[in-house]
Amino acid sequence: MKTIRIEYFAALREHTGLSSEEIATDAQTVDQLYAELDGRHEFPALGQLKVAVNDEFGDWQSGLADGDLVVFIPPVAGG
Amino acid sequence: MTEPDPVRYARQLALPQLGADGQARLAHGSALVIGLGGLGATAALYLGNAGVGHLVINDYDRVDASNLPRQILFQPDDVDEYKTHAAAEKLRAYNSKLRVSVLNRRLAEDELTDAVSACHVVLDCTDNFATRLQINRACAAARKPLVMGAAIRFEGQVGVFRHERDGPPCYQCLYSENDENLDDCAGQGILAPVAGAIGCLMATEAMKIIAGLSSELDGRLWLYDGLAGTSRSIGIAANPECPVCHPGN
Repeated sequence: MKTIRIEYFAALREHTGLSSEEIATDAQTVDQLYAELDGRHEFPALGQLKVAVNDEFGDWQSGLADGDLVVFIPPVAGG
Repeated sequence: MTEPDPVRYARQLALPQLGADGQARLAHGSALVIGLGGLGATAALYLGNAGVGHLVINDYDRVDASNLPRQILFQPDDVDEYKTHAAAEKLRAYNSKLRVSVLNRRLAEDELTDAVSACHVVLDCTDNFATRLQINRACAAARKPLVMGAAIRFEGQVGVFRHERDGPPCYQCLYSENDENLDDCAGQGILAPVAGAIGCLMATEAMKIIAGLSSELDGRLWLYDGLAGTSRSIGIAANPECPVCHPGN
């Protein structure tokens, strides 16, 4: 079990009503964490989200360590 | 090229990081602004007013009344005019020393690369991933720095990609053809000053590049959540399998 801090940005922050939360999880990778969170929050379809671990963009297979900070970021292309 | 007007630019000349040398670099500098929406119309206004000597502006749309809240370069009389034509007239009125060139068409890949090659810095102010990826490729081919901005709803992003250097990440290290356009401004709303804020940040980064000032935003994406009133900066790792910045793989 590890503790992961998740910060919610933009549309995900609005959807969850949370700017951040800390969860205890057995998720090994970012996509496992996302699936667990999706089960709780039922995230809306937002296109292909980007994910950052400790303020660096990573991929969905990135491993997680105790104390990591994870941010999911909706894609933006508008101008 | 005459010296920058010491009265007009007094408050920038007073910046020790910029000074007379930096202002002169701006006067001799050029920027290609692609897309004259909420980002580009704002960025172009600041770049032209603040002393960048030559702006090349590219769009093929006409001004629509629904553009006016955020595309503050345009006024009601400009509705139905080509954006490039209206913008050039306004930019010259704001700063008579400014040279403005107009590209009033959708640029093919080779035309885009030529236009990119002729400028010091490129501002991607467009509204879809396909065009953004095309601009990134052109900047890589011409080895020109790219300032990318995007905005929708209350959110904005700014990234700086130093294609003239070896090693930094590029736009395609982050976004690819698989990313979807769920968010163009017509399909969803946007708060007008959010687009302006991102346009101003893009102008700031472009001027720093021309003036030779370093930036912590190089190779990072700055995210703004205007509804929450928060921002953060996320690092982008160069992707060793990126077909644009690591084409040997």
